[in-house]
Amino acid sequence: MSTSTTTEYQASTPTGKIANFMDTRAGLSPMVKEFGRKIFPDHWSFMFGEVALYTFVILLMSGTFLTLFFDPSMAHTTYEGSYKPLYGVEMSVAYASALDISFDIRGGLFMRQVHHWAALLFVAAMSVHMLRVFFTGAFRRPRELNWVVGCTLLILGLAAGFTGYSLPDEMLSGNGLRIIDGVVKAIPLIGTYISFFLFGGEFPGDDIIGRLYILHVLVVPALILLMIVIHLFMVVVHKHTQYPGPGRTENNVVGYPVGPVYAAKAGGFFFIVFGVVALLGGFFTINAIWNYGPYDPSPVQAGTQPDWYIGFVDGALRLMPGTLGDFSFKWDIPFPWGTNTLALGVLLPALVPAGILFAVMFGWPWIERWITKDNREHHILDRPRNAPTRTGVGVAGIIWYCVMWAAASSDLIATHFSVSLNDVTYWLRALFVFGPFIGFIITKRVCLALQRKDREIVLHGREAGVIEMTPEGEFRERHERLDDYRLYKLVSFENKKPIPAQPGRDGKIKASEKQRAKFNRWFYEERVAPVTREELAEAKTHDHSDVPSAVEGQDGQSSIGH
Amino acid sequence: MSEQSHGGPDHTGAVEHAGVEESGKYAIDNPGLPPHRPRLADEDPKAAKRAERQAAFLFGLSIVGTLLFFVGYFVVGQIGPDTTFATIRLQNMLLGLGTAFAMLGIGVGIVHWAKTLMPDHETTELRHEVRTEADRQVAVGMIEDIIDETQVKRRPLLRNTLIGAGVLAVLPAIAIFRDLDDTDNRSEFAAENFGPERLRHTMWATDVRLVRDPTGTPIKASDVTIGSAFHVIPEGLNELDPHEMLNQKAKAVVLLMRLNPEDMQVSPEREDWNVDGIVAYSKVCTHVGCPVALYEQHTHHLLCPCHQSTFDLTQECKVIFGPAGHALPQLPIRVNEEGFLVARSDFHEPVGPAYWERG
Repeated sequence: MSTSTTTEYQASTPTGKIANFMDTRAGLSPMVKEFGRKIFPDHWSFMFGEVALYTFVILLMSGTFLTLFFDPSMAHTTYEGSYKPLYGVEMSVAYASALDISFDIRGGLFMRQVHHWAALLFVAAMSVHMLRVFFTGAFRRPRELNWVVGCTLLILGLAAGFTGYSLPDEMLSGNGLRIIDGVVKAIPLIGTYISFFLFGGEFPGDDIIGRLYILHVLVVPALILLMIVIHLFMVVVHKHTQYPGPGRTENNVVGYPVGPVYAAKAGGFFFIVFGVVALLGGFFTINAIWNYGPYDPSPVQAGTQPDWYIGFVDGALRLMPGTLGDFSFKWDIPFPWGTNTLALGVLLPALVPAGILFAVMFGWPWIERWITKDNREHHILDRPRNAPTRTGVGVAGIIWYCVMWAAASSDLIATHFSVSLNDVTYWLRALFVFGPFIGFIITKRVCLALQRKDREIVLHGREAGVIEMTPEGEFRERHERLDDYRLYKLVSFENKKPIPAQPGRDGKIKASEKQRAKFNRWFYEERVAPVTREELAEAKTHDHSDVPSAVEGQDGQSSIGH
Repeated sequence: MSEQSHGGPDHTGAVEHAGVEESGKYAIDNPGLPPHRPRLADEDPKAAKRAERQAAFLFGLSIVGTLLFFVGYFVVGQIGPDTTFATIRLQNMLLGLGTAFAMLGIGVGIVHWAKTLMPDHETTELRHEVRTEADRQVAVGMIEDIIDETQVKRRPLLRNTLIGAGVLAVLPAIAIFRDLDDTDNRSEFAAENFGPERLRHTMWATDVRLVRDPTGTPIKASDVTIGSAFHVIPEGLNELDPHEMLNQKAKAVVLLMRLNPEDMQVSPEREDWNVDGIVAYSKVCTHVGCPVALYEQHTHHLLCPCHQSTFDLTQECKVIFGPAGHALPQLPIRVNEEGFLVARSDFHEPVGPAYWERG
């Protein structure tokens, strides 16, 4: 449009000219207009996702450095590098180049350790971030899909960690690979062939390191990057959730604008995360591969541990009894064509707990929506105490996970505390079964108690820390009323009552609907109602009397009281 | 809380929000954002100046950190065969410390700047519907037009042949991975070298001598005293090509121990598998394949350090604890004319973890 040139803006400064050039070609102004002052809510618990993102950036940078020196070849060589104890030892080229990175490349050891620490933190940050999202109900509509993307990211993070862990081709990870081989072989029908295809023949073969390498440096990181883009895109579409509080509603976002405050805080935080990872890499040895020696199928170190995020699967393997008396979980099935073997002692612990954890994790938004019949959009987060059943389920899951995780160290627990290894295993087996239930019950009680405490504070005020003596000589602590801003946070949650089974279009109640109603009652039957207007007014009229906190039972009929 | 809507002809399509602002919904109405409380630096120019200096100091610290990195890299200098462990540790520490200061200085400085000097007024932005009804109608209209223009509904022949072609076209992408295991292509005995049959055979065969791992020295029966244990490989293993060596070793490793014959329960078909209480068992755990490396002499137990499967030597390595599902396979052995221990045959069952075709 030549006519518009008369009115087109002309920049005068050099910087302005460059910016104007970019703007007229790439359309920067609309982007700045859209994002420059976009509002992000601020809360410390929102930082875990940032930590995950930043550690991933650190992983990309340090990983790229490592690829410049690492040679993923299983070809045979004699080590002639600087680490004297291994001088002249026969090993794979992969292990030799990993040793060279550690001892012959300046900064190589540092980058290796930064990479490993950042990987451990990456998975940890994702896990804690997911727990935050779960416990605050941030996965509810419209964010269910982003929760699924997040779960996928966690699995990809595990895949990235595992494929990278095995690359140095030393004894520790070699035994790890052998365990994987054993687990894969337990898969019925196709397991043996998967193992052969994975290793290019029999274990260990000479292909696995190269194959894991391309997965580790290309396929998995590319998928992670793709998922991160989708994840952040959806955060922009949905806008961030926010905690309940004064001024926050379902229709607004309260927080700081991207420019300058949020960008400065989040950008600065990247450098802080990097600094902490650098401290870890500089001061704390991780995966001292030079101590292990090259892979050899015969020796093994006692007390070895996988990286922490693989521990729960390893622990599950340890907890499973392979035999009960003379009964063996190795099941030889007589078929007409011959006998086939189902290694249930491996298959069950390797697949079932992890399968249940991930299935419930992926499906939870839909499970909860089905139970609660709540299909509304939620942008205000739940305080965990205000969703006692969900919080209980989450803690039960954590306990289940942690029991398996602890089992991965059962031998270290036994040697460190001088107890019998068998007893440690028996106790952990018991905890594996009962721990989640105990955790659920305790957590739900704690949540209800915290809700009652909130009611106390709303109705009676907070403890001021001032002891007063009444004219009668009685000592009591003065209570101070909260201002409305603080009060609002404590009262602004819904009193969710159980929804009984409802008939369908044909007027009949389906069996699944009855089941749903049962779950629904389990979810909401025991609850502490938020303080109502009337209760608050009543409390204000006689500020010093004790008002019992009403706890509703079945449909508000009975009350548990305190 | 209103009834949930489940769709249907009379459904308006409006999205319900939880906890929408209705006066009287909660014990008090939303009081709105609390009043802004000014920070020290907002009101006192001296405090602002101090915050500025603090942030600048942190940035300065970052510069020092970067310099420290260079000290570690260039002054500690080149590493090589003569570098001591202490020097490497020092260099690694300086690189870490330098990077940490460089990064933390910038990071903490910027955050301090943002928290003390940049405005801390919380502001509000409205949310938008993820999808408006008007958008939906436009989009559905467009998609209907697009499908119409392809004429795919009127011409099922096009659709069906394309689906057929597409499904088939995927198959080569799966088939091409067949040679991930290409051992049969490289072998004269293709049938033997593909498939699970391989797992049934190890290097052990009649009269193959038991030798020590890794030295390869043969073992005389008289060397094996009660209570001792040997890590054993088949003779000739070390002479194999390095890769074949690892593959064979992964299956063939054996533990050799001597028990008091009176302590052992020997099943009838295994009576000649031991030599006066000298027994050889596969070292590969039947759980998931770790080496069963721990021998507890006084209890006659073998323990796998990976998952703690425990096998009882006196009961032909039956599983007595842990996750393994079956006993360690026994290698039948005897003594040859020169007094060396040799295998009577290969193992009578596959070693290592159970797999589908094991039987």
